[in-house]
Amino acid sequence: MAHLTPTPVLDPAQDKTMILNMGPQHPSTHGVLRVLLEIDGESVVRIMPDIGFLHTGIEKTCEAKFYQQVVPLTDRIDYLCPLTNNLCYALAVEKLLGLEIPPKAQWLRVLMNELTRINSHLVWLGTHAMDIGAMTVFLYCFREREDILRMFEMVSGQRMMTSYFRIGGIALEPPLGFFDRVRDFASRFPSKVDEYENLLTGNPIWGMRTKGVARITAEDALALGASGPTLRGSGVDIDLRRDMPYSGYENFKFKVPLGKEGDVFDRYICRVQELRESIGIVQQALDGMPDGPIKADAPKVVLPDREKMKTQMEALIYHFKIITEGFSVPAGEVYQAVESPRGEMGYYVVSDGTAKPYRVHMRSACLANLQTLPTMCEGKLIADVVAAIGSIDIVLGEIDR
Amino acid sequence: MALTPPITDVQELKSHPALARLLEWSTAAVKEVKFDRDEMTIVIDRPAIREACALLRDNPDFPFNYLSDITCVDWAPSEPRFEVIYHLLSIPKKERVRLKVRLDGASPVIESLTSVWPGANYFEREVFDLFGIRFTGHPYLRRLLMPEDWEGYPLRKDYPVEGYR
Repeated sequence: MAHLTPTPVLDPAQDKTMILNMGPQHPSTHGVLRVLLEIDGESVVRIMPDIGFLHTGIEKTCEAKFYQQVVPLTDRIDYLCPLTNNLCYALAVEKLLGLEIPPKAQWLRVLMNELTRINSHLVWLGTHAMDIGAMTVFLYCFREREDILRMFEMVSGQRMMTSYFRIGGIALEPPLGFFDRVRDFASRFPSKVDEYENLLTGNPIWGMRTKGVARITAEDALALGASGPTLRGSGVDIDLRRDMPYSGYENFKFKVPLGKEGDVFDRYICRVQELRESIGIVQQALDGMPDGPIKADAPKVVLPDREKMKTQMEALIYHFKIITEGFSVPAGEVYQAVESPRGEMGYYVVSDGTAKPYRVHMRSACLANLQTLPTMCEGKLIADVVAAIGSIDIVLGEIDR
Repeated sequence: MALTPPITDVQELKSHPALARLLEWSTAAVKEVKFDRDEMTIVIDRPAIREACALLRDNPDFPFNYLSDITCVDWAPSEPRFEVIYHLLSIPKKERVRLKVRLDGASPVIESLTSVWPGANYFEREVFDLFGIRFTGHPYLRRLLMPEDWEGYPLRKDYPVEGYR
């Protein structure tokens, strides 16, 4: 285990090594990651990530907001999968309240979540391939991503910061024609994944840049707290959607792709397979979508319909009270984890019985995954650092919060 | 799913694998237990935390082999002021447990878990950065998110949300 603990300070004692600064403004660091590299010629002796450039204090901000006002903040943590964050927070507060969510809302949540996963993986695939030098894939991926963003815009009016899930259900009924559009996308998408794979999987240059590169063993990845495809790429069989189901995931059938070698290529294969599994889940959600309400029957928590507000006195009163005073949540604490595209995303919400959360903590999958970077890169070539960073799929907004 | 009142009786909960293992080891280390909203919380005596975690990790029948998260809650002005919270996950058994250690506000010091899980590194640095909890035995306890020369600990409850400092 000792080999995983970082040596504190970069200290080029002999003249043999030099310190190289990479980032925070570097195209392959996906935001503002700064990495300090101690290099000996072409090989990396030590690597130390430096983070915090995007720290906005969201956890502190949450403590000053009502429970329902936190939802839009959660979007901004991980801007590539806003709906996963919405879901995780909503589930945590619903668990605190003891709310039962109607089946249609749960299925819609699963549907939107898997679209988000595809969206996030497409951005990852495009940028990761571009980092390594395959430009075309980026254009292909963003073509399909555009379709998904249009769907998000359709349901929520926003392309990225959707805030579509609310505590107790879903904000709005999806508009007419939405399901047809998703169905059309779901039927087209598998052939698009084939296109990406045609460009990369069998490509000898891609293979040389990724196979056997930035390897990490299952034991090391577990000890370092890695999760998601970064952990599954090393062959650890865990997926929270299947193993600790939430939001009705137990009703869906899907495979959990695993890698063997734990190198960049295996992590790539895991995510590409996940694209196919996700579209399968979307298809199942479309086929089996139950009928019924999309909000829980809890007038003190869930905002009433606009129509009811105009005709019913009670609805108007509840609306006024929720907006002005929020709703109080019974004291307690809850840790809710979901499988985000990057791994285990967890929300730890503590309530002291008032209308504002006492503490909201986000367990960031990327923060833990980033700790694997030294193990992946030290002793390897400097050119592979970019491949390694890309393969753990970091989003700095989530790391820094 | 109506809320049921939390269970806090040790005898009633002692069949829980994590609690059973800890009680078998030392009854003094377990200070309090709570089972609420399907989540198990065990409050551990401060000096025992590292050994307790190593014990739970190495339990062959029910290994809690994955450290999900470390965080902290500030309960100022009440004492003991800080609660350091550990979320462990058992990947083979699909079960979670939450460990808690209470620290007083005057000298919030606790043993680091980096020798049990190297992945505790960043989580502990973050807690140190935002709450000012000191982890003894941590290899590199420096600020993680805030600038190096920042004064104060932003997530403490007495830290102002707005205005000049």
